[in-house]
Amino acid sequence: MSHLLREHAPITAAAWQMIDDEARDRLKPALAGRKLVDFAGPFGWKRSSTNLGRVAPLAGEPVEGVTALQRRVLPFIELRSPFTVSRSELRDLDRGALDIDLDALDAAASRIAVAENVAIFHGLSSAGISGVCDASTHPRIELGEDFDRYPTHVARAVEMLLSAGIEGPYGVALSPEAYTGVIETTERGGYPLLDHIRKIVGGPLVWAPGVVGAAVVSLRGGDFAFESGQDLSVGYDSHDANTVNLYIEESFSFSVVTPEAAVPLVAA
Amino acid sequence: MGFDQYHEPPEELPADTRTFARMCASLTEEAEAIGWYEQRLAVEPDAQARAIMHDAQGEEFKHFSMDLEYLLRRTPRWREIAKGVLFQTGDIVEHGEEAEAESEDVGDAAAPAFGPAASASDEVSTGTGAGGGAASAAGSLGIGSLKGATL
Repeated sequence: MSHLLREHAPITAAAWQMIDDEARDRLKPALAGRKLVDFAGPFGWKRSSTNLGRVAPLAGEPVEGVTALQRRVLPFIELRSPFTVSRSELRDLDRGALDIDLDALDAAASRIAVAENVAIFHGLSSAGISGVCDASTHPRIELGEDFDRYPTHVARAVEMLLSAGIEGPYGVALSPEAYTGVIETTERGGYPLLDHIRKIVGGPLVWAPGVVGAAVVSLRGGDFAFESGQDLSVGYDSHDANTVNLYIEESFSFSVVTPEAAVPLVAA
Repeated sequence: MGFDQYHEPPEELPADTRTFARMCASLTEEAEAIGWYEQRLAVEPDAQARAIMHDAQGEEFKHFSMDLEYLLRRTPRWREIAKGVLFQTGDIVEHGEEAEAESEDVGDAAAPAFGPAASASDEVSTGTGAGGGAASAAGSLGIGSLKGATL
């Protein structure tokens, strides 16, 4: 039995299918980091850390004439986003109802996707994770409020990456506000801004909830490593006569291998 | 041309499952070739011919190893069991039983390391965005990598 304990939930196979489908549909559009960084795994719930290949010296000698080093690893973090489903709704689902209330699930999916994006792009210092933007060695580019200027900013970021020897194609992670502004804007002549920026970077523009500003990221591979233990999963916590308490969970680490492979664009 | 590697109608199989089956067939063929060269080497008296066969068998070792690594990268549970069995000293059967038991939390389906691989039936695996599909009893949503899934 898996640690997710799904077999203990008072949920039929059909209801599990709908819950999983709904969670997947909500998560995929929001998981911006996975659209731009390398993904390894999943390696299972028992995987606890990423090997960094480095050591730290230990003070003193355990025995005279013997030195000691300690391996450094990046511990995995576990993210969990709980939600509740009404048992009455689940019974209706089994009767064939299609308009099941899964709002709490949707909110939980959104929360954990944002948390994953934040860890990837802005880091999680308490867990020793540096984000793509925070680790970048390039000067920040100010976005300003004029969306017409975005192609100029992105082109400058691409030039900075090329100058650092970082090849493309590149992708752009955009905060929801920036993304909305880009898709709503057309340049003189009616050319969509989205298509213009896409031509500059040669890769995708990604809607990235949790990201502040934007980031231009190389997609060549080998620069950003997301290592998954347990990939996003729905598990069972408890239930009573009226509700079932579930959660979405994952474990992972994230490390920036090449800090110069991304340029952060900061909001004004 | 035959399509013996498929046990289900190919048109009903997802693309990644067809790739998986092809690689399994390739693995089998490499293992057969290793066995054939081993037999030929055992009976061939000509030194030059033996040297060529020895070199060719080395190629098959390489091909077999690459095929195996590809399949293990796509199959987390297989990989976990293999890690418990391969390159270990001691009782092989014992290691196998232990590795099998310890792999129960790991999903069965395709999951490449640092690379995209779509699947309509991934259970605990990665995908390019076309993936997903039925979740397993293990509960993974099978999302994995989405790199390359967005234009």
